[in-house]
Amino acid sequence: MISFTLWDLARNLLLAARWTLLLSAIAFLGGGIGGLLLLVLRYSGRAPVKRAVALYIELLQGTPLLMQLFLVFFGLPLLGIDVSPLLAAAVSLTLYASAYLGEIWRGCVDAVPRGQWDASASLGMRYFTQLRDVILPQAMRIALPPTVGFLVQLVKSTALASIVGFNELTKTGEILTNATFQPFLIYGLVAAIYFAICYPLTFFARALERRLGLAG
Amino acid sequence: MGYQLDFGSLAQYLSLFLRGTAVTLGLTAVAASLGIALSIAGAATARGGLAWARKLVAAYVELIRNTPFIVQMFFVFFGLPSLGLRLTAIEAAVLAMTVNLTAYAIEIVRAGIEAVARGQREAGLALGIRPREVFVLIVLPQALANVYPALVSQIVITMLESAVVSQIAVTDLTHMGDLIQSRNFRAFETYLVVTAIYLALAVLMRRLLARFGRRLVAGRAA
Repeated sequence: MISFTLWDLARNLLLAARWTLLLSAIAFLGGGIGGLLLLVLRYSGRAPVKRAVALYIELLQGTPLLMQLFLVFFGLPLLGIDVSPLLAAAVSLTLYASAYLGEIWRGCVDAVPRGQWDASASLGMRYFTQLRDVILPQAMRIALPPTVGFLVQLVKSTALASIVGFNELTKTGEILTNATFQPFLIYGLVAAIYFAICYPLTFFARALERRLGLAG
Repeated sequence: MGYQLDFGSLAQYLSLFLRGTAVTLGLTAVAASLGIALSIAGAATARGGLAWARKLVAAYVELIRNTPFIVQMFFVFFGLPSLGLRLTAIEAAVLAMTVNLTAYAIEIVRAGIEAVARGQREAGLALGIRPREVFVLIVLPQALANVYPALVSQIVITMLESAVVSQIAVTDLTHMGDLIQSRNFRAFETYLVVTAIYLALAVLMRRLLARFGRRLVAGRAA
């Protein structure tokens, strides 16, 4: 039997953590674009569009992420698309992130005082200009802390990709456990690596929130 | 070509769906009850406990909130036996769910306590009521009423996240889905039904808890 030193285990887990980071980055970027799209649809669209956006968010926030992942993983092949575990995880996490970010950002746009809309309208600005030059810059300041907070949730959610066989941090932990029979040590290390990724983000989000609270 | 969806083959598995739903609801109910009770103790400690106890609660909250639930569950189920704590899958699932929910609920309850006006506590103390009773009878009911909607959301999130316990072979709703799709080879349809059941549970839980809880909490606090 091959024996593993602590360094072997830690190195393998740290290398696997790159995939966790990559998946988080893809989902955050994709989800950010999707969330922005939802935001624009919600504020500029007609009633049926608004309802569709609300339904989309309700569906994605009211069902387990694991089921969304399974539906993408087993559903896309039915459409003739060959899915790798990475693709399935990236698609489902992107959809998931878009729903959450869309909802978070809507709250932030709503938090911009109504008078800002009225004032910019009275200056003759069109809707798109109002949004781009007046509302969004203010909303973005408010949005930063909860967005960073959501990033923590997203990093943790990528662990579910291990279930469809994507070889990220959690999956590598399982594989190493099966090889070494040291679950206590290995899952402890896995948790420590997630903590090392997430805690600075949590800390940053809190600092931003405090600064916003002092400024506002 | 083109794939024909077929839900007909699922009707025969009704009893499995129902059993899985019952397990998911049962796990959630136990974890929610234990988690809320523990989080009240945790929040009280975080507010007024000894310095070392406060630090301990803070460390616990940070540790749980910054690691994934599935890793916590694997640690409990696979890791704890090496410390001599051997749990069944159900016990491990309940423990992991409770530990997870408690960390989030502590923050929620603490925010609720902070939102209760200082004068409430001061007035209680001025009337000669013991500090413990001031907390339990005056501050806590108002704190819970303040944050009740957030607690309900957190319980629903715990229910949805519990889908992961199927990975340690707890026979919850998701596990039944795994079982059924391995028999009928209709994975997409099966998981679509499972997803719809989760959605219905989430909507129903939110409605029922909002109605039931409002009466319970308002009756005591107002």
